[in-house]
Amino acid sequence: MQDRYLREENIRLNMQARDWEDAVRQSGKLLVEAGYAGEEYVEAIIEMVKKDGPYIVISQGLALPHARPEEGARKEGISIITLKEPVYFGHPDNDPVDVLVAFTGSDGDSHLEMLQDLAGFLNRKENLEFLRRAESSLEVIDYIKNNREKGVEAN
Amino acid sequence: MKILAVCGVGQGSSLILKMNVQQAVDEMGLDAEVENTDVSSAKMEEVDLIVASGFHEGTLKEAMSPVVIVKDFMDIEEIKKEVQEFLDKKGG
Repeated sequence: MQDRYLREENIRLNMQARDWEDAVRQSGKLLVEAGYAGEEYVEAIIEMVKKDGPYIVISQGLALPHARPEEGARKEGISIITLKEPVYFGHPDNDPVDVLVAFTGSDGDSHLEMLQDLAGFLNRKENLEFLRRAESSLEVIDYIKNNREKGVEAN
Repeated sequence: MKILAVCGVGQGSSLILKMNVQQAVDEMGLDAEVENTDVSSAKMEEVDLIVASGFHEGTLKEAMSPVVIVKDFMDIEEIKKEVQEFLDKKGG
């Protein structure tokens, strides 16, 4: 994953969250602080989950909080938080959640490239296990960089 | 065949689902083209198969195309299994 959309300060590990909404707010706040989104984007995510259900919990223990780009995204970016104690979204199969990877998109190819990168990273189980065990943001950034270099070599 | 990967927004989770469905059908040796879209547009599309999360099953009841539900968007094996079951049913 590229540095321009995932930086060390966008990663927070072993956080405490009261419930799913608090966890989503924390992951969204990192997007806002990084300048990727306005606060309305975070509210849009929460409204969408309340209205349509927690389908952002796309895999076991993993949620990808996001809303439509026009709901307050400024540029594409990612935040990652892991939770000390998992939270329940009310998903019938994939609860409880302890990894939240929030993102903003914009129209265009750079957004596709970012999500492609992200999907490639998240669909390897060992990468998620790594995130769950990781203790520092720097460790995660280094791991992702190494992973990318390995990926490049493999191609 | 033509497959649609679907989520509420049509460009976040569905894009990730699309990539994983593409990987699954490639591994199955199927000649399939996978696109992604949002659930409301998907209802009106005529394709060979729609792949979606259970949360959109209700909305997709009115869909013009057959639908399979995937619980875990990252689980290539589950996606393969659902697509295979669909093909078996269709064939039989």
